[in-house]
Amino acid sequence: MGKIKTVLEDCDILVVGGGMAGTGAAFEARYWGRDMKIICVEKANIDRSGAVAQGLYAINCYMGMQWDENQPEDHVRYARNDLMGLVREDLGYDMARHVDSTVHMFDEWGLPMMRNKETGRYLREGKWQIMIHGESYKPIVAEAAKKSADKIYNRIMVTHLLMDEGKENRVGGAVGFNMRTGNYHVFRAKAVIVSAGGASHIFKPRSVGEGMGRTWYAPWSNGSAYALPIAVGAKMTQMENRIVLTRFKDGYGPVGAYFLHLKTYTQNGNGENYEKKWYEHTKKLVGEYIDHTPVPTCLRNHALIEEVKAGGGPIHMVTTEAFQDPHLEEVGWENFLGMTIGQAVVWASQNIDPKYMNPELTTSEPYVMGSHATCSGAWVSGPEDLSPPEYFWGYNRMLTVDGLFGAGDTVGGSAHKFSSGSFTEGRLAAKAAVKYIQDLGDENIKVSNKQCEDFKEIIYKPLENYTVGRNEITAGTVSPSYLLPIQGLQRLQKIMDEYVGGVGTNYMTNENLLKKGIELLGMLQEDLEHIGAEDYHQLMRAWELKHRAITSECVAQHTLFREETRWPGYYYRGDHMKLDDDNWHCLTLSRRDPKTGEFTMEKAPLYHIVDDNKDSK
Amino acid sequence: MPTFVYMTRCDGCGHCVDICPSDIMHIDKTTRRAVNIEPNMCWECYSCVKACPQDAIDVRGYADFAPLGHSVRVLREEEKGTISWKVKFRNGHEKNFVSPITTKPWGKHIPKLSELEIPDKEALDSELLCFEPDLLNVDTGLPTLKKEQLKQGVYY
Ligand SMILES: Cc1cc2nc3c(=O)[nH]c(=O)nc-3n(C[C@H](O)[C@H](O)[C@H](O)COP(=O)(O)OP(=O)(O)OC[C@H]3O[C@@H](n4cnc5c(N)ncnc54)[C@H](O)[C@@H]3O)c2cc1C
Ligand code: SF4
Ligand code: SF4
Repeated sequence: MGKIKTVLEDCDILVVGGGMAGTGAAFEARYWGRDMKIICVEKANIDRSGAVAQGLYAINCYMGMQWDENQPEDHVRYARNDLMGLVREDLGYDMARHVDSTVHMFDEWGLPMMRNKETGRYLREGKWQIMIHGESYKPIVAEAAKKSADKIYNRIMVTHLLMDEGKENRVGGAVGFNMRTGNYHVFRAKAVIVSAGGASHIFKPRSVGEGMGRTWYAPWSNGSAYALPIAVGAKMTQMENRIVLTRFKDGYGPVGAYFLHLKTYTQNGNGENYEKKWYEHTKKLVGEYIDHTPVPTCLRNHALIEEVKAGGGPIHMVTTEAFQDPHLEEVGWENFLGMTIGQAVVWASQNIDPKYMNPELTTSEPYVMGSHATCSGAWVSGPEDLSPPEYFWGYNRMLTVDGLFGAGDTVGGSAHKFSSGSFTEGRLAAKAAVKYIQDLGDENIKVSNKQCEDFKEIIYKPLENYTVGRNEITAGTVSPSYLLPIQGLQRLQKIMDEYVGGVGTNYMTNENLLKKGIELLGMLQEDLEHIGAEDYHQLMRAWELKHRAITSECVAQHTLFREETRWPGYYYRGDHMKLDDDNWHCLTLSRRDPKTGEFTMEKAPLYHIVDDNKDSK
Repeated sequence: MPTFVYMTRCDGCGHCVDICPSDIMHIDKTTRRAVNIEPNMCWECYSCVKACPQDAIDVRGYADFAPLGHSVRVLREEEKGTISWKVKFRNGHEKNFVSPITTKPWGKHIPKLSELEIPDKEALDSELLCFEPDLLNVDTGLPTLKKEQLKQGVYY
């Protein structure tokens, strides 16, 4: 390992992950921290990285305050309703009150927005969504980050956060490796913003052959956003709130524009409306929540899942009516070509022309993320003017580790941010990070050589495991002393699927299953000490897997802790099948002790800071 | 498989290697041409296809659910500001689409923040983000809630 070069860089603000949130952070950090050194580290190439690599066809979060279309309160009510009551309303309100300025910037930067020809307003897909031609959404926001940061490092995977040795519980930077050169990179920073996206591939995907990469969330979303903070003892929240999506079969083409704009609808294999069939059944589980409008996402999944279990499949999206209108047909196709091209490929291959044939829908494997109709992630401080004392400890979007900030999928509790809200949250975190650094004054961060050298040893160990182990065997992939990344990944997915509520069990789990699952995840994590990597690309896969594994354990612990079924359609606790507001109308928090690896769980209060009002409950 | 590379077209320039978010387009040491080294970690995101100057990369739908005989081709033209798609079904049926990708010359309208006036301490201490409240396009300023509201219904 002596030949591996170490590259050291000192900076003020380090942004980990240059996706929607990270590009927003790099941009805003420069505005407020004019003379600060701002570095962004990205695992891929910032021009096409993260969940938005292929583009988006809609911006799913826009208030339209200028036309009084929605106010931030309305968005809080909406997100709270969709997540069955449980969100951080301070964070949601804060994001919503700023998101319009983000969208207006995108418009100025050249992102093609569709407009209503009569009113001149942005064309609405639904109450919150506006339609765009967003093939180049990511290159555009990347350009803003490149213009703002001192330096963007592409192809560096961050594996660990550094801690300050001068003050307890304070971050000191991050380390990682370059998957092209193999160089070891040390970034010492006064503040770190983690914006590394959500987690796919922790549950077994529906396709396990060549198509396993065609997941809904990108296969490169590997949970670093959670693993990095968890490893240094930051508190996490609502990690049990994994999301399952109803999507077009196999290609995972989004359904939002179809339901909202094209006015298509679903039916079962016999052409019947099945959703209303499950009303009474769902009411027994969740009570009056089923009467809320709009019907929460999980409950709509629930009806689909029950219908399929009862033999009513396949479920179809009725497109043949809407698609007779050539304009709507064009929107339907371009929707996919702009953000989920794989769906167009599936339809072309199976001769599915939605003008003449109603395509199938199905529910996906679960994902862990914080920006969609779900809110798993880190427990962060809210803004000073909105947050009750339990939600505020100094700096907006700061985790429970000093100097460590989060945004986008990283941040828990603030659902329904999507692309624009994630970028906005990156901006919020960056401004707070600038303030934090200014308040630090000339206080220095102490990161010893030893801390860096120890991580170096750990990071490259999979290469050594492979070199040594490979010599024991003649050829092939079966070794008694190491596991390859793909083998470990498949074991992880099988455990999560069968014990923690994946598609294989119809999203069902219980205390006994979870305890067994946690035991097996423990053994897997021990085995990952022996993971082998043949080259730097596989070294990246090895670290992606380690990050997925620690994220998964956190998800399992949270799922075990919450003794109710809060979100039927996302997962079920078979031993507690009902929603239980008396005991669980609260947020869950976890902390993993960095020394022992033990998780401790607690409940956190849930504040409804926005009143019930209007049509949404 | 999902992406694959035509031997006769690829010249080994490496643009696809540079862009692939999954790090799976690599240059094969023997042929010195690009290859997808891990098809089961490909998202069919088409980033490499769009980036290839030789039009050498194509996609064959995932073998586990996509029958053969289809193609979805793309041409992204930054100068023209458009992206064009040709979808060919297994049964030979075809569909074509063209969309804009930008409304302004590339990158020109993104401000260079380091050249702007430095914001004052008051702005830094406020809840405003850059260019706010102007950029919100409302004359009521940044919305906020009254402190008394915050305690409504606390649950444990
Ligand atoms: C198919 C699909 C459709 C969607 N549709 C819409 C839509 O229509 N409208 C909408 O508004 N939103 C939509 N979204 C949601 C939106 O894309 C996300 O909410 C948003 O991208 C989240 O931003 P983020 O910055 O948290 O994560 P990302 O944008 O995914 O960014 C994370 C970044 O971190 C990098 N990274 C990860 N790990 C590391 C590491 N260890 N070291 C260094 N870098 C790392 C990644 O490479 C990536 O660049 C959609 C998402 C998907 C997948
Ligand atoms: S971009 Fe095209 S020509 Fe260049 S290496 Fe890749 S496949 Fe070959
Ligand atoms: S389609 Fe996307 S994931 Fe697949 S090889 Fe090309 S760039 Fe990589």
